Amino acid sequence: MCGIVGLLIKKPELRNHLGEWMMPMLIGMTERGPDSAGLAVYTKEAGANEFKYSLHAPTMDYDWTAVERDFNHHLGSAVEIVEKGNHGILISHLESSVVKTWLKDHYPELHVLSMGRSMDLYKDIGTPGEVAARYDFKSLQGTHLIGHTRMATESAVTPDRAHPFTAGADFCLVHNGSLSNPYQIRRKLEPLGVHFETDNDTEAACRYLEWRMREGDDLATALKKGFEELDGFFTFLMGTKTEMALVRDPYACKPAIVAETDEYVAISSEFRSLAKLPGIKNAKLFEPMPEELYIWKV
Amino acid sequence: MEKVTFDLAQQKLRELNQYLHHDLAKNGVKQVNVLNPEGAHNIAVGVDAPVNIDIHGHGGYYTAGMNKQANVTVHGNVGWGVAENMMSGTVRVKGFASESAGATGHGGTLIIEGDASLRCGISLKGLDIVVGGDVGNFSCFMAQAGTMVVCGDAGHALGDSLYEAVIYVRGKIKSLGADARVEEMSDADHKKVSALLDQAGFKFNSKEFKRVASAKSLYNWNADANQEY
Repeated sequence: MCGIVGLLIKKPELRNHLGEWMMPMLIGMTERGPDSAGLAVYTKEAGANEFKYSLHAPTMDYDWTAVERDFNHHLGSAVEIVEKGNHGILISHLESSVVKTWLKDHYPELHVLSMGRSMDLYKDIGTPGEVAARYDFKSLQGTHLIGHTRMATESAVTPDRAHPFTAGADFCLVHNGSLSNPYQIRRKLEPLGVHFETDNDTEAACRYLEWRMREGDDLATALKKGFEELDGFFTFLMGTKTEMALVRDPYACKPAIVAETDEYVAISSEFRSLAKLPGIKNAKLFEPMPEELYIWKV
Repeated sequence: MEKVTFDLAQQKLRELNQYLHHDLAKNGVKQVNVLNPEGAHNIAVGVDAPVNIDIHGHGGYYTAGMNKQANVTVHGNVGWGVAENMMSGTVRVKGFASESAGATGHGGTLIIEGDASLRCGISLKGLDIVVGGDVGNFSCFMAQAGTMVVCGDAGHALGDSLYEAVIYVRGKIKSLGADARVEEMSDADHKKVSALLDQAGFKFNSKEFKRVASAKSLYNWNADANQEY
C-alpha cells in the first residue's frame, strides 16, 4: 500500500497556497504510507541556461557552504545552494554532465535527487507529518506538485527508495502498487546506457517512460507503450514542467480519485485526503478509469 | 430519545460504531445522523439493529459493511467495499460507489444511485444490488447467489465464472466473462426486476432489461477442453 497525492493550481494568484492546501492531503495518506514521504514541486523557474539540482546529504547538519566554496574554487563558477537541512538545491548554468561528474568525484555522499528547470524534490524516511515539517512543505509555492507516502513492499526503507522518482529533467513519477517485471525492464534499458540508482521497481517505470520520451514519444505515447511493457499493479501519477498525468493499470488494482474545481485539480488515493480542500463540497469528483490517460496542463 | 447525531469532525468514529453496536439497542433510538464523515473508513460497520442511519457526506472504505437489519443512506459517494458482506437491511448510496461494492453480500438490498466501479458484486452470495448508473469491469465475478440490476451499461468481463446469481442489464455490455451468457427474460425475471426497480425508486420498465446468467459449462471439469474456455 502507498498513498499518492497531486495538486495543480489553475489560477496564478492562488499558487502561493500550493503547499498549504496540499498539507492535509499528504497527512491524510499517512495510514497508506507511514514509512517515507516525498514530493516534487514545480516552482520558480531557474534563470536562462540554468538548471536546478535537488541534492540529498547524509546528515541534517551538512556543511553546504563547503560544497559552495569548493564548487566555485574548482569550476570557477559562483554557485549558491538553498539549504533545508539534509536537502540542498544547487543552481548552476554549467553543463549538467560537468555538475554531476564534479559532485560524484568530490562529494560522493551527496545524492542527486532530481534535475530540472523548475522542479525541486524532497524525500526522506519518516511519517508524512515528520517529513513535511522537516522541509516546511506548507510554505511551498508553485504551479503543481506530485507527492507520495510510502509503505514499502518492493525494496528497503531508505531516502533514495522513497518517491518521487525522477529521470531526465523536470520529470517525476510516484507509484502506488508493485511491478512484477522491473528486472526485465532494467535488462532492456541498461545495455542502452540507462543508469539505475536503486533496486526499486518504481525506478524501472520512471526510467522506462523517460527513455521513451527521450526517444521522441510524447507522454501519452510513452504510456501506451508502458501498458504493453510494464507488468503489475499501478496507479502512476507523473509530473512534467507543464503537466500532471495519471494512469491506472488495466485491472485498476490501486485506487485514485480526482476532485476538480475552477481553482485546482486535486488527485489522491482516497477521498479522505481531499476532504479538507477549500471548495471540496462543490468540486467535481470522479474515479479515473483503468488504462485511460488523464493529463492536466498548467 | 428518538434521534441521535454524531459529528465526526468532533467525535471519534469509534464512539459512533461502539454506540451503534452496544448502546443503541438499550434506548430505542430509531434514527442516527452522521455529519462530516469526510471519507473515513468503516463508518457504521457491523450494525445489527433496526435503525435508520443517514450519513451526510462521503463515506470511505467498507461503509455499512456487514450490515444487518439497518437502513443506511449515504448522502454522497463511498469508497471501496461499501456494504461488503452485508446480511440484511438496506444500504443506499446517493452518489457513486468505488470498487467492490457489495462484495460477498449475503442478503438485503444495496442501491447505488450513481455509477459503481469495478468488481461490483464480486462473489455475491444472495444480496440484491440495484445500480442506477453503470458498473465497471469484472462485475459479479464468481457471483454465487443474488441479483444485480444495472440501469446503465456494464463493463468488460461481466459475470465471469458466474454461479447461480443473475444479472439484469438495461444498457450495453462491453463484454461477457467466461461462461456468462445473455438469456431470455421470463415472467419471473420481469417480476423480480420490477420489484427491485420499485424498491430503488428508479423509473424504468423491466422490458428494457436483458438477463445474464451462467451457461454452467464450467460447473464440471471437462478434460477435453484443453484449458480453453
